[in-house]
Amino acid sequence: MIDPHALWTRPAPWLAMAVLGLPVAAGLGAVIAPAFGWLPALGGTSPTLAHWQALWETPGLVDMVRLSAVTGLASAGLSLAIVMLFLGAFLHTRLFGVVRRLLSPLLAVPHAAAAIGLAFLFTPSGLAARLVSPWPSGWEYPPDYLFPGDPDGLALIIGLTIKEVPFLLLMSLAALPQCRAGERLDVARGLGYRPMAAFLKAVLPGLYPLLRLPVYAVIAFATSAVDVALILGPTTPPPLSVAVLRWLNDPDLTMRFMASAGALLQLGVTLAALLVWWTLEGLTARACRGWLSDGRRAFGDTALRWTGLGLLGAALVLIIGSLIGLMLWSLAGYWPFPEALPWPWIADNWLGALDGLAAPLEHAAEVGLAATLVSLGLVLGALEAESRRTRPVRRWSEWLLYLPLLVPPVAFLFGLVLIQTQLGLAPGIAAVIGAHVVFVLPYVFLSLAESHRRLDPRWTQLARSLGASPSRVFWRVRLPLLTAPLLTAAAVGFAVSIGQYLPTLLLGAGRVATITTEAVSLASGGDRRLTAVYALLQLLLPAAGFALALGLPRLLFRHRIGLVSPS
Amino acid sequence: MPLLPRRAARALSLAVLALVAGTAQGYALDDWSTVTDEAAGQTVYFAAWGGDADVNGYLDWVSAQMQQRYDVGVVHVKLGDTAEAVSRVLAEKAAGNADHGAIDLVWLNGENFAAMKENGLLYGPFATRLPHYALTAPESHPEVSHDFTLPTEGYESPWGKAQLTFYYDSARVDTPPRDMNALLDWAQAHPGRFTYPLPPDFLGSSFLKQALLGLVDDREPLYHPVGEADFDAVTAPLWDYLDRLHPYLWREGRTFPASGSALRQLMGDGELSLALTFTPSAPAAAVADHQLPPTTRSYLLDGGTLGNVHFVAIPFNASHKAGALVLANFLLAPEAQARKQALDGWGDATVLAMERLDASQRAAFETPDDNPTRLPAGALGKTLAEPHPSWMARLESAWQARYGAR
Amino acid sequence: MTDLSHTGLAPASLHLERLVINLAGQPLVRLDTDIAPGEILTVMGPSGSGKSTLLAAIAGFLAPAFTAAGCVRLGDTPLDGLPPESRHVGLLFQDPLLFPHLSVGGNLAFGMAPGGRRRERRARVAEALARAGLAGYAERDPATLSGGQKARVALLRVLLSAPRAMLLDEPFSSLDVALRDDLRRRVVAEIARRGLPALLVTHDPADAEAAGGRIVTLGGS
Repeated sequence: MIDPHALWTRPAPWLAMAVLGLPVAAGLGAVIAPAFGWLPALGGTSPTLAHWQALWETPGLVDMVRLSAVTGLASAGLSLAIVMLFLGAFLHTRLFGVVRRLLSPLLAVPHAAAAIGLAFLFTPSGLAARLVSPWPSGWEYPPDYLFPGDPDGLALIIGLTIKEVPFLLLMSLAALPQCRAGERLDVARGLGYRPMAAFLKAVLPGLYPLLRLPVYAVIAFATSAVDVALILGPTTPPPLSVAVLRWLNDPDLTMRFMASAGALLQLGVTLAALLVWWTLEGLTARACRGWLSDGRRAFGDTALRWTGLGLLGAALVLIIGSLIGLMLWSLAGYWPFPEALPWPWIADNWLGALDGLAAPLEHAAEVGLAATLVSLGLVLGALEAESRRTRPVRRWSEWLLYLPLLVPPVAFLFGLVLIQTQLGLAPGIAAVIGAHVVFVLPYVFLSLAESHRRLDPRWTQLARSLGASPSRVFWRVRLPLLTAPLLTAAAVGFAVSIGQYLPTLLLGAGRVATITTEAVSLASGGDRRLTAVYALLQLLLPAAGFALALGLPRLLFRHRIGLVSPS
Repeated sequence: MPLLPRRAARALSLAVLALVAGTAQGYALDDWSTVTDEAAGQTVYFAAWGGDADVNGYLDWVSAQMQQRYDVGVVHVKLGDTAEAVSRVLAEKAAGNADHGAIDLVWLNGENFAAMKENGLLYGPFATRLPHYALTAPESHPEVSHDFTLPTEGYESPWGKAQLTFYYDSARVDTPPRDMNALLDWAQAHPGRFTYPLPPDFLGSSFLKQALLGLVDDREPLYHPVGEADFDAVTAPLWDYLDRLHPYLWREGRTFPASGSALRQLMGDGELSLALTFTPSAPAAAVADHQLPPTTRSYLLDGGTLGNVHFVAIPFNASHKAGALVLANFLLAPEAQARKQALDGWGDATVLAMERLDASQRAAFETPDDNPTRLPAGALGKTLAEPHPSWMARLESAWQARYGAR
Repeated sequence: MTDLSHTGLAPASLHLERLVINLAGQPLVRLDTDIAPGEILTVMGPSGSGKSTLLAAIAGFLAPAFTAAGCVRLGDTPLDGLPPESRHVGLLFQDPLLFPHLSVGGNLAFGMAPGGRRRERRARVAEALARAGLAGYAERDPATLSGGQKARVALLRVLLSAPRAMLLDEPFSSLDVALRDDLRRRVVAEIARRGLPALLVTHDPADAEAAGGRIVTLGGS
């Protein structure tokens, strides 16, 4: 008799590797080969380094690289610091509960929409300037200052940070119970440590390892982000990711060779940023070794507390402010500077969009649910297999998981379309789901892996010694114990799927119109009213997902406080 | 499906013929009825930029008409950038997919066309065989068969006309500048109120070409490949001009908007007083959509501005070539062109030659000329031909080197 | 596969025959003994001497870093190679480890053999709770119990799973003195009443004394 659990977990790691491996290999191959001159369809049939030479001679290349690396690292560091300071100051307070409730709508705001909203807040003709004009600023016409789009990428860093803070906060919510944060905090407080000191010295060392993968994902995303950088980043020169996209989209198809070299360089920049972060991690750990046990129980508690509150508050105000800006625009007619509110309000923008909206929403939900379920099944299977063998997934295979997050999607997707065509997969919903899995699976994995790995093995031992088969242990013990991280991972995966534009367009070849393909193509027309309407519509599905993920465990287990309390 | 048996029989016989002839198509371009027969029942995937609600609305109408008239379904594949369609076709070619491509018709012109044609990504020649093509009077209107000076050789079919048009807010500007030197004076008098999109954006590069055409004494070298000219000498007046203009641009020329639509947004926000577009009807449409102030006015430069035609083309491996042909032909139908030109349709100028139409067809094109934002009737037409496409790439890279990384 | 779950089976001894547990080729634990029905064998020794590893080997959770040689039998049934759920060896840890997603009653029912009508199962749970002085606790959330109550529920859960032997991993060490005595008495009494061979790992000489059986010290020699 073969246990059904084994029947699924044994092949799951291999399936997951195959599901990712083939597209990743194809995607990567389609970047590497042209970078060295090989793309017969464009007449590239002999290997050459000429395209690297051309890339190297691109004016401003060093600045592009610097912008990508610095904005990525700075925004990741800033958002991590904000989240940690806030948790240190306000874990177990009522404010924490308030922020938790705000989390799902904030997480659901698409990156590009948040960036558009943020740009509208700060741009010289934006909401902030309108509020002070014409009085007291004296501006009849918008002033002429350079923000967003400043050459140092400050606006870009802010834009990335306000989207990463909710993500890291969500990941922390799933990780806090896993590292027994409540007990650690209680012990340290009992030893006379002030709350912030207790958190930083007793909780953080246990919490950070659980957040490491999400932080790496944040760095990878931030160093290669295109949509946010297009809206908030500088243009002369732009960050490398934007430049690569421009080269890839250049009508002159021979630019694709240099663009591929650029995409590889982009991958290198991301890896280098990760290496820098990893080194800093090690140095910090070493520097803190003595500090952790020096016995000091209070240091600037009040100052750090207010800093944490102030920074998180600022991030929340910015993201909520950008949402408000979007809502105003979605209802605006002609709205000249310096009017602070649009007048008259009109519904045309909404009415025009609502017509024929059902199908794109439905497609998006179908694809999102399918891609999330497939990813969840594979990730859970791989993790279960790993826990049975009590051996971690091998390092290289974990890197394989993250490659889709590291390589610029435009370049990567060319390879996906290539194998789609070679395998004879008709463009359509199945191909789109498959492509989404490539991007959803890594996020599901990084959201779930640590929580799953840290699940106390004694639960399983106990249940099995009570006579439960592996299947029964999985369904009746492990799965319920993992409810919160599982739903979180599913919601993150679903949101990632809803946000996919290029995979949907290229692999669906127009057969699958989703709310996002509609939104992005309309946004390219630059009508801020329609863009706002679609951004808000795009937010609906993931917001529902996050609300379910955060609310469902509390509802299902409302009489089981041991499972849902954050400690 | 009552037609199936007959169609199946025809398909079978044509398939045999095709085997003999070595081609896979079940129609003959010379016999248009075979094309419409083959097309019936097909669904055509038309990849076209989806950034404009008016364009999308027009294509919805086209789709309904095609279904009704020819039993051909049309799906508008909405793109953010034409490059996305090119990418798909290129990947299919690289993977050896020669006859069941996912895209049947694509909206493009200029560099995209040149690149696709050069790399064998287009089907054709077909345009001159379309029954409605004659209505464009190609012999007296060379622009419908030339795309940025390159002969189209029938690999794309004309669809509409564009011309570089300036627009301004009449509440803030009394007399807009009407040539390049006046523009410089105007910018110096109104610092920060004008800019152009970041090259290589299509409109940004077009501004460079417009400026070059307006500043050089001898335009002749611009109509030959750039390699045959002394690039530095020819373009020196342009760089000199831009060096003087940039400090007075929006944000002092330290950054540039991404596209024509970003430029329009800045006009709507009141940051700019003067801007430009490649779609003459766009400012009027934007006023109707509440994007621009009602006081917006359009004009052309004295001595004319760049003009070009945009086209539709069929990828070499399109699955539904017959349907695509029928669609391309319908897009040239007087009724479809008239509706496209109407301001409440899309507002895109027709490529048909009025002298080829009868009186009732012509009447459909006559729109009431009471919109103050639009160009006055007859203003269009002072067009400057696009320089040879090789100039665009050189200008873009030279611009990048000078201003792209500060 | 041998099925030991049917009732009416006579009490059996737990045989550890020339059991050797190796870590990286080096022997860590050597034991050759029989534990009679109702007997509690106490295993003592410093940390790292392999006490918990010994329990893991018997229960079937030996980590791959370890290898075991020799033979473990329960009565006539060799346990080696059997999956943990087929060994019918009850485990009691230092932490009560009550499943937080189940009610107290749910925790107890989880360990009971499947079958029977729902009402009968519920009655058995209620009866067991009443005997342990926890009458009416079936619907309670385990997180709301006191430490001593949790420990008693954990013991009940093992006993209701009808084990044929017991493995106790410092089960009393997290309790205060009064509770510890109480639980110790209950455990010893239940093991004796049911005639279960038991193996107790502990640091506390008082535990060994209460168990009243032989004492084996690991890592001392």
